[in-house]
Amino acid sequence: MPCWNNDNIYKELMIQVQADLVREKSGVGASVLRKEDDRYMRGQGEFIADIKRPAMQELAFVRSPVAHAFIRGVKKPAGYEDRVFIAADLVGVSPITAISALPGFKRSSQPILATDKICHVGEPIAVCVAQTRAEAEDIAALVELDLEELPAIVDMRAALQPGSLLVHEPWGDNVFLETSVDHGFAAAASGAPIIISKHLRTARQCMSPMEGRGVVAMWEPRLEQLVLHTSTQMPHIVRSGLSECLGLPEDMVRIIAPDVGGGFGYKGILLGEEVCAGYLARHLGHPVRWIEDRREQLTGNANCREHDYELTAYADHDGMLLALDARAIVDAGAYSLYPFSACLEAAQIASILPGPYRMNGYRCITWSAATNKPGILPYRGVARAGVCYAMEVIMDAIAQETGLPPEEVRLRNLVLPSMMPFDNITNKHFDSGDYPEALRRALNAIDMPAWRARQAAATGTVKIGIGLAVFCEQGAHGTSVYAGWGIPMVPGFEQASARLTADGGLELRVGIQSHGQGLETTLAQVAHESLGLPIERIKITHGDTGLTPYSTGTWGSRCMVMAGGAVATACQDLAARIAPIGAHLLQVATDDVTVAHGYVSTGSRHVSIAEVARTWYRRPQDLPDGIAHGGLEVTAGYKAKRDSGTFSYAAHAAVVSVDTETGDIALLDYAICEDGGTLVNPMIVDGQLIGGIAQGIGTALYEAMRFDDNGQPSASTLADYTLPGATEMPRLRIEHMATPSPYTVFGQKGIGEGGAIGPPAAIANAVNDALRPLGVELSALPITPHMVMSALLRARRDTA
Amino acid sequence: MKPAPFTWSAAPTLDAACGTMRAGGRAIAGGQSLGPMLNLRIAQPDRLVSIARISALCGVSETADDVTIGACVTHAQIEDGQAPDIGQDILPRVAANIAYRAVRNRGTIGGSLCHADPAADWVTVLLALGAQALTHAPSGSRIIALDGFFTGAFRTNLTPGEVLHAIRIPRLTPDARFGYYKICRKPGEFAHAMAAVFISKNIARVVIGALGTIPLVLMGAEATPDGVEPAFRSRTTMLDEVTQHMQLTAVKRAFARAAA
Repeated sequence: MPCWNNDNIYKELMIQVQADLVREKSGVGASVLRKEDDRYMRGQGEFIADIKRPAMQELAFVRSPVAHAFIRGVKKPAGYEDRVFIAADLVGVSPITAISALPGFKRSSQPILATDKICHVGEPIAVCVAQTRAEAEDIAALVELDLEELPAIVDMRAALQPGSLLVHEPWGDNVFLETSVDHGFAAAASGAPIIISKHLRTARQCMSPMEGRGVVAMWEPRLEQLVLHTSTQMPHIVRSGLSECLGLPEDMVRIIAPDVGGGFGYKGILLGEEVCAGYLARHLGHPVRWIEDRREQLTGNANCREHDYELTAYADHDGMLLALDARAIVDAGAYSLYPFSACLEAAQIASILPGPYRMNGYRCITWSAATNKPGILPYRGVARAGVCYAMEVIMDAIAQETGLPPEEVRLRNLVLPSMMPFDNITNKHFDSGDYPEALRRALNAIDMPAWRARQAAATGTVKIGIGLAVFCEQGAHGTSVYAGWGIPMVPGFEQASARLTADGGLELRVGIQSHGQGLETTLAQVAHESLGLPIERIKITHGDTGLTPYSTGTWGSRCMVMAGGAVATACQDLAARIAPIGAHLLQVATDDVTVAHGYVSTGSRHVSIAEVARTWYRRPQDLPDGIAHGGLEVTAGYKAKRDSGTFSYAAHAAVVSVDTETGDIALLDYAICEDGGTLVNPMIVDGQLIGGIAQGIGTALYEAMRFDDNGQPSASTLADYTLPGATEMPRLRIEHMATPSPYTVFGQKGIGEGGAIGPPAAIANAVNDALRPLGVELSALPITPHMVMSALLRARRDTA
Repeated sequence: MKPAPFTWSAAPTLDAACGTMRAGGRAIAGGQSLGPMLNLRIAQPDRLVSIARISALCGVSETADDVTIGACVTHAQIEDGQAPDIGQDILPRVAANIAYRAVRNRGTIGGSLCHADPAADWVTVLLALGAQALTHAPSGSRIIALDGFFTGAFRTNLTPGEVLHAIRIPRLTPDARFGYYKICRKPGEFAHAMAAVFISKNIARVVIGALGTIPLVLMGAEATPDGVEPAFRSRTTMLDEVTQHMQLTAVKRAFARAAA
């Protein structure tokens, strides 16, 4: 029984004062420095390529040099028969299939190693095993391929033409899925005085995290378990998919994602390489490792973002958008990738194209086209970067037609705060916010009138343009949304485990994976907010199926809402376990205590949570029988009050200069006003925005993976595939609004993708704003100097 | 992206390097172009001989008329003023805009010329400046005017076993004007248009690079603001209109810089 003398109480009180100070600095809303950065900044992170195991061998894949071919034969080099593996060697291994339950979806079967047909350049055909990667590549260079090359299906519009060659012959066409929605279109469009049509295209991009993918696979005889370290965003999903492909029960597979150097969607996938490595580790009796190199990333593995839009907007002279008619094609490549499938992108287009705007009629047909290119994955922002671009071009077109300023057209059409929560025309449920205010603040941040004056004064070869983009970002969407798409992964309750250690520390285990989001810090902030334990005593374990409860992983701006909600719930449940012990120590009834700030308290008396832990673990004799038999470890599940997602939103304003003799574009100013609800860590949110904007600038101005008529990718190094870098980043002005979501624990909203969504639209509109007086309007991304110059020269010829 | 097997040795002297190269070895200096080519297996030499530490290739010297820069002097050393300039701060300024500092730290002026990438800065700039290549071989040394040194994209007239020893660049005379302009999508990227202009009392020279082949050298009446365009267009009919326009813009801006 603790003895409370005055000294002790004084000490405890002082500790509590200090704890309150710490809480001010570390709870929800504090810009806590990232816990994980200590190891990253010291070069002590452990990424896949840092992992070595005794007797480990390296893998190199023989990949198809052509886009479309029948395989006549694969000849292993003499003397290396036991070092080279082809499809027939992978006994009992199933191909990857990622289906969608949407009606009419056509299933593709992605072989782990190609069997009879090649469907894109870079498709794995054989795998070679050697002591070093260089030796494995030497062997790979000796493997002889006998391929009967076929004409390639490269362009998505051509792929949809009747009579096109087929990627998958049994289908009869090149359509994974066609969808169609119509919400009162004809009636709303009827009689509209303004009709605008646009044809827009976005480029195929290569998601380019600093660390590529990689896998270290080993068979653990003691545990009778395949242990696979892999650079993934979703370890539990990889486990399910891998188990199915290898025919192993899930308890015999453990997936560990160590430090992961960026994902952005590129690592939200089950890879054939993972299946291959898993199979080989089990059957060769030694660990194997594959590290994706930049050429594999650029030329062989999944791409993203290639859209084609035909839009017709119906508006009135007041600038009101009445109805929108859209036909959208997504180039989904050859295979439906696991788990997001080939149709998620197009399904998203259909449902989110209307953006943050009101309209009375909407019709949208989408096609997910199959071509002889790698499959696609949902890259940061998923389809939103494309639809935001499409919709914002329409807004500018309405401004042109009506003579209204572009900002005025948007202010008239945005959903208003008085309408919140608002169900839009595709039944998206906008949870909260003031969209027009975000736009007004962004305009204010760049000082719109001043730039308009400078624009008017620019008389030389360098023109100035201003562009806007407003969008909302559905994040953390849950069961109801994904069940509708019926893909292999539907998020349900998000779980977290919380365990108090005997010395009063807190261990949290979550099934998501943190690869740049700073979740080791922000989830600790959430737990600190709930229990008040010092943040440095809160340890987050993530990315390991052996240690963490199930989760669909890190994607869709979901972690701060879902894993954050789960951690808060687990901490509350833990507090309910702590309370009776503390109450016993304080000799009061459980109902008379509260658990907060690191203490169990009743009136002015306290006992620390650490003391509660010490008592339960180390001095159980101090507790009566029957108290807290469940212990100080809980797993809790969480769903938001509505699972249709949070809606963060933002307005972006970009100012560009365009050199009309070189086509060079420079970003002169860039402002964002973003509302992510309650920000758990504003510094990390700003970091997310800045990084996202860099990627959005890439989409707008730099990144494109082109394919020639034979389906050959045009770039195989980062010298050819142009990514934006530090020198391409403008000074950013970031403003925040903070309208809490009514449906989440702290009012937080998913915010992780927003930065990447706005720039293509804002920058493209700015370039067109600069060039329109010269008779030029561009309608494809990225906007390259060559494209600008080409259009300018054409316009000059036309006016000459 | 691992190279095919090769042996590597460091040549202690110029003659040793020549000997190894005669026997089929390939010289590597900073490795900033050859390194990626090895990793991509575009280049698969059996033997690499490093010439980076040969002191005879790392020195600089100057006379009243010219400066001579060892082939293995790095871009960074030139940028930092560790090699003498020819005047008007031209060499440091050109060097400072080659690729990124990390590349400049290892990449060498001689390596750049021997690699003969049509979009390389030194190739175009040194052609305009009327530089000479000083080569060494056991059979004898040569001095080759740079416009005779390049024989095509990525090709020079170095013979097997012959090493580029140094580059000799004439000093600017008081009446000389030089301008250089390149158009890149971002700093450090290969230029998609570039031009250098050199004008003195007796010489007018315009060099247009990044054409996919060896740079185009225009002289005399063709190397004037009015003369360039017809001369350029007549020699580059294979280029598309946009590329031609950008190249001519680079020329115009190089002239403007020369006049500044």
